[in-house]
Amino acid sequence: MLAKRIIPCLDVTGGRVVKGVNFVELRDAGDPVEIAARYNEQGADELTFLDITATSDGRDVILHIIEAVASQVFIPLTVGGGVRTVEDVRRLLNAGADKTSFNSAAIANPQVIREASAKYGAQCIVVAIDAKRRTPEDEQRIGTHGLPMGPGWDVYSHGGRKNVGLDAVAWATQMAEYGAGEILLTSMDRDGTKSGFDLQLTRAVSDAVSVPVIASGGVGNLDHLADGVSIGGADAVLAASIFHYGEYTVQQAKERMRERGIPVRL
Amino acid sequence: MSVNRVAVVDYGMGNLRSVAQAVIHAASSVDHAEVTVTSDPQVVRNAHRVVLPGQGAMPDCMRELRESGLMDAVLEAAASKPLFGVCVGMQMLLDHSDEGDTPGLGLIPGRVVKFELAGQIQPDGTRYKVPQMGWNQVWQDAPAHPLWSGIADGSWYYFVHSFYAQVANPAHSAAQTDYGGRFACAIARDNIFATQFHPEKSAAQGLALFRNFLHWQP
Repeated sequence: MLAKRIIPCLDVTGGRVVKGVNFVELRDAGDPVEIAARYNEQGADELTFLDITATSDGRDVILHIIEAVASQVFIPLTVGGGVRTVEDVRRLLNAGADKTSFNSAAIANPQVIREASAKYGAQCIVVAIDAKRRTPEDEQRIGTHGLPMGPGWDVYSHGGRKNVGLDAVAWATQMAEYGAGEILLTSMDRDGTKSGFDLQLTRAVSDAVSVPVIASGGVGNLDHLADGVSIGGADAVLAASIFHYGEYTVQQAKERMRERGIPVRL
Repeated sequence: MSVNRVAVVDYGMGNLRSVAQAVIHAASSVDHAEVTVTSDPQVVRNAHRVVLPGQGAMPDCMRELRESGLMDAVLEAAASKPLFGVCVGMQMLLDHSDEGDTPGLGLIPGRVVKFELAGQIQPDGTRYKVPQMGWNQVWQDAPAHPLWSGIADGSWYYFVHSFYAQVANPAHSAAQTDYGGRFACAIARDNIFATQFHPEKSAAQGLALFRNFLHWQP
């Protein structure tokens, strides 16, 4: 049967891999090609590169990184961060990416997902969603249906700085309908905390959409990864810092998942 | 020793880079192998081996293959020398695809049909999703094809697809995988071998398959 995937995530800027805590306080974690090759050796099922370069000047750097990685590492590569247009998708695929991940641009212009998916296929269009549990104040906000939003999660854009007033589950459903082939779901409440995925959020989105869901944000130990699949219902789990700093290897993560009865590629 | 010329056929359908790079990487450990990505029918005719990738929708791939003028060179290769099809490059070898009701090249009897898995539940209790996206185990059909040499039965390969092959003759199935039922994920006949999965994205096991192809003397 199909294996559940483990996806190390490499946040890159200025040609280096970095790791932030709650979207701030960046720390250097190393060279992208070296890290990608190491994860491949350990049995990573895929790699995700998130370009967190804030300015457009540095954008071409990611193309060179992907070219370099794709010539040496033969597993699927996803690139996110700053992907805005169908043309961005084309350039990244040509550089060697297998999938591209939209975030803020999909919110500003949902139609781009339809266009990119129609042109290159749903399998290479990922929509990343940064979600945060609503505060009691946000729960009172009146939604488009004319009623208070109630408990749930809001979608944030611009690296998690702006609440765009969309419900995360509804947004994931809409994006899958528009042609997203996969949803990369990050809990902003948990990101960088090492306290585990937001499993309620993961489950809610996994149950709502018919495309694969990647759980992200908050992994601190190997059981957190297994929980994302067995409790959250995720098809894949993504983590950064537990792998970058050598706390655990991907291989160890897979062994733990297998012990917990989850099908993995070992 | 003569050069082992390998042509990766570029008929204008999407991104061939990853297939080409993986074949080049595999060729780096094979003596005298020389890999060219080409849209020139003559280069395909002069090659000793041909790789036919494919990405996107079957109707588009068939149209581009025809309009690029490369179809005859591919058909000649299929009749005379080792040919390796990948993904839609495999699907095109069959008689017909339900995707856009498209006739294929008719080199292997059978049809390409869509996964009908809506509402079905996987053994672990989660829903089947379409496309199948990710790593699945590949079970070699007996007798094992020479391209499986040194590759363990049940090895994992990377899949991304919504349509799959139903071969008319079970002898043309070189391996099967299970996604809501078993189906032929690798097909073979004489000098032709093709996979639904992506060797170019399947790490060491994928490179091993390409290396075996470069050594293959059918």
